[in-house]
Amino acid sequence: MTGTTSLLRLVLRRDRVRLPVWVLAVVALVYASVEAVANTYATPQEIHGYASTMGSSPAAVAMAGPPVALDTVGGIAVNETGVSALVGVALMTIFLVVRHTRAEEEEGRTEVLRSTVVGRHAPMAAALLESVAASVLVGAGVALSVATLDVPAGGVLLYGAAVACMGIVFAGVAAVTAQLTAHARGATGLSLTVLAISFLLRAVGDVQGSWLSWVSPMGWSQQVTAFGEPRWWPLAFSLVLTALAIAAAVALAGRRDLGAGIVAARPGPAGAVPRLGTPVGLAWRLQRGSVLGWTVGIFLGSAAFGSFSREVSSMVESNPELADFFAQSGQADLVESFLSSALLIMNLIGAGFAISSALRLRAEETSGRLEPVLATGVSRGRWLLGGLLVTLAGSLIVVAAAGLGTGLAHGIVTDDPDAVVRMLGYSLVYLPAVLVLAAVTVLLFGWVPRLAAVAWVTLAISFVIGYLGQLGFPAWFENLSPFTHTPAVPVSTVTVAPLATMTVVVVLACALGLVGFRRRDIG
Amino acid sequence: MSAAISVSDLVKTFGATRALDGLELEVATGEVHGFLGPNGAGKSTTIRVLLGLLRPDSGTARLLGGDPWRDAAKLHRRLAYVPGDVNLWPSLTGGEVIDLLSRLRGGLDTARRAELLERFDLDPTKKARSYSKGNRQKVALVAALASNAELLLLDEPTSGLDPLMEAVFQDCIRELKAQGRTALLSSHILAEAEALSDRLSIIRNGRIVQTGTLADLRHLTRTTVVAETEQHADRLEAMPGVANLSALDGRVSFDVDTDNLDDVMAYLAGLRIRSLTSHPPTLEELFLRQYGDELEPGHEQVEVRS
Repeated sequence: MTGTTSLLRLVLRRDRVRLPVWVLAVVALVYASVEAVANTYATPQEIHGYASTMGSSPAAVAMAGPPVALDTVGGIAVNETGVSALVGVALMTIFLVVRHTRAEEEEGRTEVLRSTVVGRHAPMAAALLESVAASVLVGAGVALSVATLDVPAGGVLLYGAAVACMGIVFAGVAAVTAQLTAHARGATGLSLTVLAISFLLRAVGDVQGSWLSWVSPMGWSQQVTAFGEPRWWPLAFSLVLTALAIAAAVALAGRRDLGAGIVAARPGPAGAVPRLGTPVGLAWRLQRGSVLGWTVGIFLGSAAFGSFSREVSSMVESNPELADFFAQSGQADLVESFLSSALLIMNLIGAGFAISSALRLRAEETSGRLEPVLATGVSRGRWLLGGLLVTLAGSLIVVAAAGLGTGLAHGIVTDDPDAVVRMLGYSLVYLPAVLVLAAVTVLLFGWVPRLAAVAWVTLAISFVIGYLGQLGFPAWFENLSPFTHTPAVPVSTVTVAPLATMTVVVVLACALGLVGFRRRDIG
Repeated sequence: MSAAISVSDLVKTFGATRALDGLELEVATGEVHGFLGPNGAGKSTTIRVLLGLLRPDSGTARLLGGDPWRDAAKLHRRLAYVPGDVNLWPSLTGGEVIDLLSRLRGGLDTARRAELLERFDLDPTKKARSYSKGNRQKVALVAALASNAELLLLDEPTSGLDPLMEAVFQDCIRELKAQGRTALLSSHILAEAEALSDRLSIIRNGRIVQTGTLADLRHLTRTTVVAETEQHADRLEAMPGVANLSALDGRVSFDVDTDNLDDVMAYLAGLRIRSLTSHPPTLEELFLRQYGDELEPGHEQVEVRS
């Protein structure tokens, strides 16, 4: 632990921009939603309407969490902001911890530090301290945002603490995954998998009202029921798990060499297979693991959504008020509207693959690996097209997995085998929107490569619009998201015009990106 | 035969930094051309321009008779490149990387590949992430040397290699020179450039400050003389071309410009020489002279600092 203080100063110095951006981004997202809640649900009737629809909609429960105190403005605020705040703070600590532990070790910088008077566990300790402080800041910011409503102070404090604890738990999770793999990418992937699983467990648990919500760290932070009957004890689970995780990380770190993971490396082939001799072959080889991971993740997530569909229909049958609401709002079939939001959400997540795949172009460039490739007979255009082809194929596979997952699970629980093909077709409607985000990434890469990662902002905006759309954003803002222009199948019918337009946008943006890429310096 | 590389008045700026400032460089076909300079002088920038990775602001660059920016892919089939800082795909093995780069260039001599793996003592089954710097360098060297490229661009190719492997590398370069191939060898390992190069160019602050054969460069510079004479050599100080004079117990040590060597020797002979040693400047001394003047203000006009 020697040297932790100095390392903490180093960590804070390196993150002097990144850390405030993370904290402010999460808090601002929550604050904006709280503002919207205050404006949208001002009268008792409006609040009652929210409680009767959202509280009994399985889709809403699966996405937002247990329906608690939805007849109060505080409960509505938690229901609307909970997932963004909890997932946001967890993403923040995962990225921060991996960045300052495994990524540093992989780059060889830890070696230099450790040769000075710095203890084995000091880098991890510094990263954890930073993450805990950042989580507390986010929690405080979230609490202050909610406090602008007319709500009890005890609940405000509890909600802030629940958000902070979520960040702290996932800092612990990331500390463990950083010990397991030799690579930062793998450590981040494992942590994100844990986050996805804890989201899914609580989604299933919340819809069924079962114990599954209680085996999920995200569930604990939601079970404090801040504006229902406030209880602090679920957060004890979070803190105990954090302590166990840190103990495990310390034990693992004491057992391995610097730079090594717990999983040992095996020798590989002495020569390349014939396929690995073209830009497409190279891009596929580099991304096949990521395509597989995303496909499996999206398939399982979609299957979880699809499996709720029977509960959705039984809920309508037992709740005439709900049936009336949907009849009046013109959404005749609640199951279809549920499936349509499931496809929207899963494809929004799937767009994350498209962007990260397109960003591989930039990663290849900054790592210096593009240079030897372009020093061979490969032209810039051929190399870029190779990468794009893999992004296109991978996106197609991931989007198809969303449809197959939803369709298969829905088909099984409702005894409707045709659902598989139908849902596959519906999901493919999202492909142009997903590719628009990838094409924007390519455009940035071609002209302003340093800002290529800004492509994630387009996904974040699309997410906010897709997830919080009912809060009523201005039309120009909603139009920024390609998902706004995608027909909400199966509720809406498929119209060709927007899909064709988006396809043209994709082709134009990629072509323009290529023009920029061919004109600029490499490196 | 035309020049393999011909660069004239090349300028490349990065923001306010003038990385290349009117660079002139000629590499004849069939020669090994040493490209010497300290870190940050513009060696890698020059090579990146020659590879069409960077676009020059002004000036012309010709490579194998083509335009390195416009004809990049076409020209690259005829050249091989070893970067100074080799980065490989961590999940690929060394063998896979060698095959990949060779195929992207358009072909691979498998017998030559096997021979080079043997000579460089490289295990091709290891994942690139577990290679040391030296081994990553070997992967890039084998990939480049296994090709039949007529031109090799080598950017500090031996950094991280042990002396044994450096000897193997020098043998390989002599072999390809014997085959009539051309190499541009950027280095700051002077012994290596001295051992391999037909001609040398010294770059500083983005400009070539000296170019020629080693003999040419020596001609421009001073010979170090240490002499012991019976009579006191008191007129030396006043003689043109003499510098760094020091005298101790009847023994004098000084540097003399090659043009004035004859006069100085004639003078010393008249003083009855008892012992005399002299040696031509080593590349080290050329190099230090070219760069050491930063320590002696007034020798050169002030450089524009970036």
